Amino acid sequence: MQDTDHLLNRIAFGPRPGDVVRIQEVGFEKYFEQQLHPDRIEDNAAEARLANLNSLQMRTADLYDRYRPPRQARQLQMRPMFQNVPQQILQELQAQKVIRAVHSERQLQEVMTDFWFNHFNVFWGKNADRWLTTNYEMTAIRPHVLGKFKDLLGATAKSPAMLFYLDNHLSSSIKGINENYARELMELHTLGVDGGYTQKDVQEVARAFTGWSIDRPQVTGEFMFRPRMHDNGDKFILGHKVNAGGMRDGEAVIDILADHPSTARFISTKLVRRFVSDDPPANLVRHIGEVYRKTDGDIRDMMRAIVTSKEFQSRDAIAAKTKTPFEYVVSAIRSLDGTTDGSRPVVQAIARMGQPLYQCQPPVGYPDHGDHWMSNGAILERLNFAVALAGKNIPGTLVNFDEPVKAVVARLGSPEFQKR
Amino acid sequence: MAITRRYFLKSGGVALASFATTAPSFLTRTVFAQTDAGRGTDRPIIIAIFQRGAADGISMVVPFGDKNYSAVRPQIAIPEPARNATEGAIDLDGFFGLHPSLESLKPLFDAGQLAIVHAVGSPDNTRSHFDAQDYMESGAPGNKSVSDGWLNRYLQASPSPDATPFRAVALNATLPRSLSGSAPTVAMQRVTDFGIRSGQASPEIEAMFADVYKDTFDAVKKLRSVNPQQYGPASGVQYPNSAFGQTLLQVAQLVKSSVGLQVAFADVGGWDTHANQGAARGQLANRLKEFGDGISALYRDLGDRMRNVVILTMTEFGRAIRQNGSGGTDHGHASCLFVAGGPVKGGKVYGRWPGLALEQLHEGRDLALTTDFRAVFSDILTGHMGVKDVSKVFPGFRKTAPLEIV
Repeated sequence: MQDTDHLLNRIAFGPRPGDVVRIQEVGFEKYFEQQLHPDRIEDNAAEARLANLNSLQMRTADLYDRYRPPRQARQLQMRPMFQNVPQQILQELQAQKVIRAVHSERQLQEVMTDFWFNHFNVFWGKNADRWLTTNYEMTAIRPHVLGKFKDLLGATAKSPAMLFYLDNHLSSSIKGINENYARELMELHTLGVDGGYTQKDVQEVARAFTGWSIDRPQVTGEFMFRPRMHDNGDKFILGHKVNAGGMRDGEAVIDILADHPSTARFISTKLVRRFVSDDPPANLVRHIGEVYRKTDGDIRDMMRAIVTSKEFQSRDAIAAKTKTPFEYVVSAIRSLDGTTDGSRPVVQAIARMGQPLYQCQPPVGYPDHGDHWMSNGAILERLNFAVALAGKNIPGTLVNFDEPVKAVVARLGSPEFQKR
Repeated sequence: MAITRRYFLKSGGVALASFATTAPSFLTRTVFAQTDAGRGTDRPIIIAIFQRGAADGISMVVPFGDKNYSAVRPQIAIPEPARNATEGAIDLDGFFGLHPSLESLKPLFDAGQLAIVHAVGSPDNTRSHFDAQDYMESGAPGNKSVSDGWLNRYLQASPSPDATPFRAVALNATLPRSLSGSAPTVAMQRVTDFGIRSGQASPEIEAMFADVYKDTFDAVKKLRSVNPQQYGPASGVQYPNSAFGQTLLQVAQLVKSSVGLQVAFADVGGWDTHANQGAARGQLANRLKEFGDGISALYRDLGDRMRNVVILTMTEFGRAIRQNGSGGTDHGHASCLFVAGGPVKGGKVYGRWPGLALEQLHEGRDLALTTDFRAVFSDILTGHMGVKDVSKVFPGFRKTAPLEIV
């Protein structure tokens, strides 16, 4: 049996009214195949809703120029206005995430963007990351979310946002290495904590990435390789000798890590946990790991294998996942045929439930298991949101329904609606 | 000294005169308070504070007496007390000193109500934040199959017939691992927000969900009946103007409202100082100022109630001894922690100092561990919370000689 509702709860942010019927007409397989190729889906209506979010398309240098750090603005005697403070960049970034999740026809692309950003988390609040995070999502994450894992990994490794967040831009053969990025690259991005690396590997990987830096982080904020900071000696990493020279050393490490069986297992585990259940079925993880190895880490192929698996379709998997605050809010708006401008009231509601968007400080990202999200305080915040949404008391977000308000509150507040 | 003070605390002000001449007034109130029985606030309370991100132990409590200390940290060492009056460490015992930003904790130490444990941490060797936090919170280092947290297992091991929903509270939107498990707990970000905020419609909404989310709405009713917001900070007490400060203020409100609190949990982040951590001033100094001032404010705000309260701080591991290439420190091993409160035998730095010479370091780079964190935690559970057998709380932990911090 192919459960369209289930599919839309996993590869989309829940159904809008009429979606299930529409997709049954198109056909489950055909719809899913379309979703695997977001570039072939027309999405102008959703994109049009982003038109006023100027910062999304700006180069980092222009972001600095327009949204000055507060101290610099004072020195230049610029009048701080609410439109030109760095906080505005965050609000627009949050707004686009909510708008796209609610409105985009490319639902799987949005789900995958949410997944991969969280996997390669950066914290917006860390100094220069306030200006770097927008381009990080738009150029390092989004284009690769259904592509090859190695491309995604390489793009994040070269991204100024990540280089700044995990301090690699300072790592230097002259002054000394900084291990922060090297460790999280293996622990969180590729091999997993039990993936078989040692403290020595951490140091060697850090040496390989010396010189991967940023050209004037507070001015242009573009990637720059600094040969003088690079350690050109031999490195021994996970049994490989690395001496490709210069920037190629780091690229060689990315190849080693992306091709490593621990990475295949770790990425498969995380994908299956996200799309199937909090306790990923071992057989499916193994199978997806094989797909990873056979396809050179092709995310689209892994997703196809997950969604067509019997584990995905099984009764145990249906409604087995607890919605994150973001998923809860977006699916609630969608279920009421709603529209949103993604402005502060809706974003703050998500934060109060425990998931301030782009503001997860630790590099591990938000946890992907249900227990984490369902504290009694969080339940109350979900109920408060349900009441406000159904009562049409969320500025910037409109909903459409014929039922009595009370029935809507009861549905959105029910334990069943917390699940997907 | 500690024994004497403990004696007079227990027996109600015998040695008050000598104590009062040296201690600030808010500390002497603790002694007076022994006559203040029957207020219903006498159940022991533990306030756990987790410094997430691995706080640098040798910057918090500086081993200036170790001759290797300043050499391994040319730019980020805290100067010796004698060398620098304003930016130097604050001498505790001639060997250790507090970071100058922790100045507000010094009176607690002097009054014997703050103990420090140094070279403490998890015996597991991981340098992963997330595994190490997990191990410290589960109370089972190296064992990934323990699913609940040590504080929840404390609740399970010491069932309380008159327990309220607020026996254990995390001031956080989500429940920390330390508190997760089968015993009921509450997690909330703000006391004022804990309820349905729909004005006149609220009772109707509450009635709709009262059965579905019974535990939650029982807690809402209980909180409403004690109304903790009515308790402002004690006169002269100012909490740091930050999320952490607000969190501690709310902990104090919960204690004062006699809501049945026994376990409170708070997080404070920003300790992962890989770059530009600074020395007496800078990034880490700013974090420590908020941390120390917050604990000091909580202590003074609770005043005589601290007689039954122990504040315990923890961090998942310490940082490498040598500074790295970017004026920061990478992940290390042992760190230090603070234990404060009326029942604490303070004024002392506990734990054997392992030394900072190369051959004394863990794996040649980190502060070696001489005290298992579980030794400290179980000391508090037995000495303060009245747990007779901690083996259920810390499975697999073979208890060493008690530290007798409380």
